[in-house]
Amino acid sequence: MAQKKKIKATIVSQKKIAEQIYDLWLETKLAKNAHPGQFVAVYPHHESTLLPRPISICEVSEDKRRLRLVYRVAGKGTAEFASYGAGDTLEILGVLGNGFPLEKAKGKQVFLMGGGIGIPPMLELAKQLGCRKRILLGYRDNDLFLQEDLAQYGDVYVATEDGSVGTKGNVMDIINAHGLTADVIMACGPMPMLRAIKKYAEEKGIEAYISLEERMACGVGACLGCVCKTVKVDSHSHVHNARICTDGPVFEAREVDI
Amino acid sequence: MNTQVTIAGVTFQNPVMTASGTFGSGMEYSDFVDLNKLGAVVTKGVANVPWEGNPTPRVAEVYGGMLNAIGLQNPGIDVFVKRDIPFLQKYDTKIIVNVCGKTVEDYLEVVERLGDQPVDMLEINVSCPNVKEGAIAFGQKPESLFDITSRIKKKAKQPVIMKLSPNVTDIAEMSRAAEAAGADALSMINTITGMKIDIQKRKFVLANKTGGMSGPAIKPVAVRMVYQAAQVVKIPIIGMGGISNAEDAIEFLLAGASAVAVGAMNFVNPYTTVEVVEGIEDYMRKYGIEKVTDLIGAVE
Repeated sequence: MAQKKKIKATIVSQKKIAEQIYDLWLETKLAKNAHPGQFVAVYPHHESTLLPRPISICEVSEDKRRLRLVYRVAGKGTAEFASYGAGDTLEILGVLGNGFPLEKAKGKQVFLMGGGIGIPPMLELAKQLGCRKRILLGYRDNDLFLQEDLAQYGDVYVATEDGSVGTKGNVMDIINAHGLTADVIMACGPMPMLRAIKKYAEEKGIEAYISLEERMACGVGACLGCVCKTVKVDSHSHVHNARICTDGPVFEAREVDI
Repeated sequence: MNTQVTIAGVTFQNPVMTASGTFGSGMEYSDFVDLNKLGAVVTKGVANVPWEGNPTPRVAEVYGGMLNAIGLQNPGIDVFVKRDIPFLQKYDTKIIVNVCGKTVEDYLEVVERLGDQPVDMLEINVSCPNVKEGAIAFGQKPESLFDITSRIKKKAKQPVIMKLSPNVTDIAEMSRAAEAAGADALSMINTITGMKIDIQKRKFVLANKTGGMSGPAIKPVAVRMVYQAAQVVKIPIIGMGGISNAEDAIEFLLAGASAVAVGAMNFVNPYTTVEVVEGIEDYMRKYGIEKVTDLIGAVE
């Protein structure tokens, strides 16, 4: 893996694409080695908010010079990011984490499942996976985002919690409603969704790769802040706590205890 | 220009170290920092056996700082001796191993295991606020601090640094107790116990409810405590707490610290340690200071 760096990135464009959801393109050398499912840590400028915000990579430009981040404003740091526009700069640390194992999808029928702010990493993944794929997206309501981008790369199915678009319910309800099947699942979303996917994959005996999130500090595996329970002993502390920032964020579902 | 400092007979090429728990054993930060440029790497605390640590969330941001309640997750001394010490040996920097335990016997076991290891100093963690047993329990009463320090000193082959807690009524009294028991040096401060509540969910942000606060917001408290300790003990002090640049580090030296450590700011700017080393050199050039030791306790 390429060396990690903290560098200044220039904002190429930013726009609001749904309530509290922002679409940001950054010009940065880090794009060159970015892999779907990896993330960058973005630093607020304000000195009261010290820690970087881990944000997944949504898309890498064709020329590998730009990164697209689609994030939700969730607090002071992300609200600051949303206030910036073209020409402004942000310090970013990256690229971090392991990303999705593309080779596991080769020649298979794949579900790409994204829920809420777990949808963005599905875009670069969908672009890079050449296999047959169905893209299952879960939203709260009809304030959809990225579904048109994703439709370029596979069949998109939408579920909304309020039933205003597509299947009423969540991504698991899409599977039932349409009688879909897959050999491999790759997913990112809220914990209840990931738990349901883990259970489903175990029942069907298929592989599922899920991207986890947790409060992070360093982002590079030093502070041991962002651990998740694992079935096997982890490589760092030889207990059952893998570091989401470095051993993940993508784990095979059956290897984590969530 | 001479940036060397000597603590308990160990000479460091410069007074800049890493604060325990913020730098692993150096591996994770070697992508960013040339470890050869640091005075010392102070490792994450290691116990006699692996520790799982606390449930998540373990970290939270607070204004100008952060809270952590990692709970001293560590691989135990066996893995540490096989993996972490050989890694650090490849670099031209001093190795200080932070030692933690639930009982005095746990600490003694680790200290004995390290006796024949190529380790320069031991830092004894009697100040972690995030574990139920051990650690801070030994560091909040002068009698218990005296007891554990003297028992460790009897077994230790390397010089012993006692890492003190700020969560005490009288830091001077604690410092004197450690010195009287034979400690070779002190390091201070560990984190200040804090709490954060999510008002939307009406829940504690950290699974552990309380955590240790670190970062720039705690620096004035740390500088004050280093100064107070330096007034009453003769042994050297390694100062830490919110250091983010050379100016902060120099404040600690002037207050009486013989060396400094960078902690939470490693997470914010992974290059902080080397920037502090270079910044101290710039300051010495600017003010014509020949020896960095001339700065120690030089506040008037």
